[in-house]
Amino acid sequence: MILALIAQRVALGILLLLAVSGLIFAGTQILPGDVAQSILGRSATPVALANLRAEMGLNDPADVRYFHWLFSILHGDLGTALTSKLDIATSIKERLWNTLFLAFWAAMISVPVAVTLGLIAVRYRNGPIDKAISGFALASTSVPEFFIGYLLVYFFAVKFQFLPGISMVYEGMPFLDKMKAIALPCMTLTLGILAHMMRMTRAAILNVMQSAYIETAELKGLAAFDIIRRHAFPNAIAPIINVIMLNLAYLVVGVVVIEVIFVYPGMGQYLVDHVAKRDVPVVQAVGLIFAAVYISLNVVADVASILANPRLRHPR
Amino acid sequence: MADVLLDIRNLRIEATTYPPGEKPMTITIVDGVSLTLEKGKVLGLIGESGAGKSTIGLSPMGYGRGGVRITGGEVILTGRDILKQGKNGIRKLRGHQACYVAQSAAAAFNPAQRLMDQVVESTLKHGLANRAEAQRRAVALFRKLSLPDPENIGKRYPHQVSGGQLQRVMTAMALCPEPDLIIFDEPTTALDVTTQIDVLAAIKQAIHATGVAALYITHDLAVVAQVADDIMVLRHGKMVEAGPAHQIIKEPKQAYTQALVAVHRLEHEEKQPTPKPILSVKNVTAAYGNGILKVLKNVSVEIHPGQTLAVVGESGSGKSTLARAITGLLPPQQGEITFEGRKLSNRLGGRTKEDLRQLQMIYQMADVAMNPRHTVGTIIGRPLTFYFGLKGAERDRRVKELLEEIEMGKGFIDRHPAELSGGQKQRVCIARALAAKPKLIICDEVTSALDPLVANGILKLLLNLQQIEHVAYLFITHDLATVKSIADSIAVMYRGEVVRYGAKSQVLTPPFDDYTDLLLWSVPEMELGWLEKAIAGRKMASAGN
Amino acid sequence: MFRRIPIGALTGLVIATLFFLVAIFAQWIAPYGLGDIAGGVWEPISAKFLFGTDNLGRDLLSRMIYGAQTTILIAVLATLLSFSMGVILGFTAAVVGGWFDMLMSRFVDLLMAIPTLIFGLVVLSVLPSTLVTLILVMGILDATRVYRLSRVIASDLNVMDFVEAAKLRGEGKWWVIFAEILPNALSPLISELGLRFIYAVLFLSALSFLGLGVQPPAADWGGMVKENKDGIVFGIPAALIPAAAIAALAISVNLVADWILNRTTDLKGGRGNG
Repeated sequence: MILALIAQRVALGILLLLAVSGLIFAGTQILPGDVAQSILGRSATPVALANLRAEMGLNDPADVRYFHWLFSILHGDLGTALTSKLDIATSIKERLWNTLFLAFWAAMISVPVAVTLGLIAVRYRNGPIDKAISGFALASTSVPEFFIGYLLVYFFAVKFQFLPGISMVYEGMPFLDKMKAIALPCMTLTLGILAHMMRMTRAAILNVMQSAYIETAELKGLAAFDIIRRHAFPNAIAPIINVIMLNLAYLVVGVVVIEVIFVYPGMGQYLVDHVAKRDVPVVQAVGLIFAAVYISLNVVADVASILANPRLRHPR
Repeated sequence: MADVLLDIRNLRIEATTYPPGEKPMTITIVDGVSLTLEKGKVLGLIGESGAGKSTIGLSPMGYGRGGVRITGGEVILTGRDILKQGKNGIRKLRGHQACYVAQSAAAAFNPAQRLMDQVVESTLKHGLANRAEAQRRAVALFRKLSLPDPENIGKRYPHQVSGGQLQRVMTAMALCPEPDLIIFDEPTTALDVTTQIDVLAAIKQAIHATGVAALYITHDLAVVAQVADDIMVLRHGKMVEAGPAHQIIKEPKQAYTQALVAVHRLEHEEKQPTPKPILSVKNVTAAYGNGILKVLKNVSVEIHPGQTLAVVGESGSGKSTLARAITGLLPPQQGEITFEGRKLSNRLGGRTKEDLRQLQMIYQMADVAMNPRHTVGTIIGRPLTFYFGLKGAERDRRVKELLEEIEMGKGFIDRHPAELSGGQKQRVCIARALAAKPKLIICDEVTSALDPLVANGILKLLLNLQQIEHVAYLFITHDLATVKSIADSIAVMYRGEVVRYGAKSQVLTPPFDDYTDLLLWSVPEMELGWLEKAIAGRKMASAGN
Repeated sequence: MFRRIPIGALTGLVIATLFFLVAIFAQWIAPYGLGDIAGGVWEPISAKFLFGTDNLGRDLLSRMIYGAQTTILIAVLATLLSFSMGVILGFTAAVVGGWFDMLMSRFVDLLMAIPTLIFGLVVLSVLPSTLVTLILVMGILDATRVYRLSRVIASDLNVMDFVEAAKLRGEGKWWVIFAEILPNALSPLISELGLRFIYAVLFLSALSFLGLGVQPPAADWGGMVKENKDGIVFGIPAALIPAAAIAALAISVNLVADWILNRTTDLKGGRGNG
């Protein structure tokens, strides 16, 4: 029963991803004119236009092109970039790795910090610490990433000359140098997502702490530690995992702007560059990868909450 | 005085509330209450909502909900003053000397743990027994509380057990560490009537078998009369009267207690049926979810002009669905509904404005039945404008007349629902229904969310209005006591069917069918020893415990 | 309604109002023209240039003022679009239900399965960079969130007894929506309006910062960060000024929205059932 539910959630995720691929493809076809015209501009010669159309397969109907595209992707072929004529899959490989590296370390720092701060906020509820934390949360959800980013660069890289303001990484770079290079983007990402994650963690824990079974545990005369370990934690774990997953999904998107700020050679920068160059195949491929990561994290969040629900684990 | 277990002297409890965007406010919840409880005795604490009974009940455990704290007096449990105990002292006494049984066991159990682990937890944590011994005790208690399959029920999770059973498991959980005192906080209030009596009997038996002392908190005097040796009546955080149970029930001294005792004694003489019913429901079958879940099966009833038909049943009996079918909110699959001889359209959209006007409805929860953004004037005035085109001063005049009719002042016209008490809200809803000058009003559990005295006032008002306006009521309720005091005819519903139907005198006269018999035996009566009589007297055991 | 405003919300209200006034009267306030090259490149703060000059030697203050106009105008229009679309479709879906609700809700689920910024970039890779495109893309993508919220609010209210009572009375759809549902949905929606506006400002700024939003020579805050970002490495904080302005505007509106929402959490208010 629970396996069926999880299978259903995963299947739904795959279905959603399929629909999203259609939407992304459609999103690049919504222009009233045609793509070739808008890529080459109004002054393009008819010959150049015809060549580009043929190259992009624009002479086929849209549904044929879509299925062709989808089929290739399923075989690991992401197509060729229009501008550089390079194979997209090859160019992406290292960048994807870089992006995941950055996101991974940002998550490693922000998750424990956010959960701890959330716990502290609950522990000192309505006190000055709680208020300071929620004030910080309110501020940080309204501050653009580049403000935090350049502020950090201005102080740490320029004034104190402490960390690099531009994050150069390359293959075979020593680990510590790499960590130093990503220190500032990592910090920026962490600050951007921390507040949100903390606020949601606080709400999730508070919800559990205010339930009647916590009162029951208190009236049993249990020590605070036992209450948390035996009664609060098992029930809070699912919502917290949910919060973390949702925020990781958010983090993956936040990476786009951060990479541009720090000129970090990842997927985000690659995407932005090619949007500016109107390189449609690259945009489609990278957009799909971002969407896939985002959807999978959401599916993981769903599965985690199914697994943690005793009603589903032990049906009547 | 050697046997005194709990001695509360001059207790004063205050609470600080933090209304959003306003300055914190301190209010007094309990003021100058004193009580003593001897070993092995049961003291009933009774009062309406806001009487402070739960707050007093929790004080021997040194616990206050949401900013509540003891600011004066003494609470002495087994010779030690609770207020002078440190955090550790209080922790050692909770779940050891004093245990608690909450109103909603369903919420009070940790959903992620098996029942047995929760039942023995305090016994183990306080080092009172090893696990094997504690589990043995728990199984014995399960048996004592007549839980099914006592050996194995502890292996289940809370959601795998019914509400009535959970309430008993919670009682076992409180008894397991063999405490001196148990606090029962409305342990049967959330249950259906026929389940309540079984749980009540089980609790009473367990108290006697273990010799534990108890504080039994409830709003229902008839319930507390079954289990308590002594009763204390509370109101607005102060003591009204205290004494032995039989004295409080038989010879209450204070006017407030007398009113509480007399609450079920409203008498209503049955009227004879007229030749032409105003509403007749014929062979109606209705279902939810595209006809899959049948909730009404072949139901037929009639209501006569100016009379009251009471529809009685427990949750899931289909009684509220009957109201939805009559109003057209849930079009029946089969059968027909006739009003004054005309056939009514099944669907709400197919009815004329005149049909709608003649048939009004009053809801259980008055505070969600009124738009919180409208004033009382708009709430009562809208039907006047909508049906009769009344406007301006003329409308105001009529609204004020109606406010007088429901025994509220005309000054209420500019108030919002949030500024009214529970009883006043329900009165405004009655006025809104009356404003349409209907021939029939459907009353859906209109008194069940109210305190007994307030509910009584509403019933009296409804009876008065029936005399004046000659309006008929379809009165839906789970409470047979209310039925006796208001109905002319009665329909008893069980699992979607009408199992007994007729004039009040006829329905309430033996011989009974099994379900009506069970229902009748389940209404607590204000009489000592009723519980044992009821358990012995009924023909059928409750189904859904 | 304004009898007691907490200090935070009041500050937010004052600052936000100031920003809006600046945006409206930009042409009269700005000391220099939008494209006037008035001094050297990245001149420091002085009496002549209150905020210094930018990467081409234009007065930064003047460009900030014009930037306020562009940023706020686009954000306001996008918010109005997303809000009206979201509320109308959400309310209709809740009250009408049936296939319309089903279809709309599934479509919105689909749109929300792609991160907004990513889908925005995908679409902008083929669309011409004009103000109208920006407003449409931002408005439509953000309408999904408004749709979800208003649908939830309206369907919660739609099953309340007081709405049922109005339907039983025979009231029409318009009375139900405008007299019964809307007054109770207003406060959370107004608060949401503020949040959507913040989101529009941040989204627009991010797009412009990435070079895909407002195109030169027009000035908007996100674009100005982009123009001046290279100065940071030389210790010239010009890029921080527009970035700080975005933060200040967003925080101010957030404070006001937060207050409006908090005020209404307690819908029933007053006494319980005493």
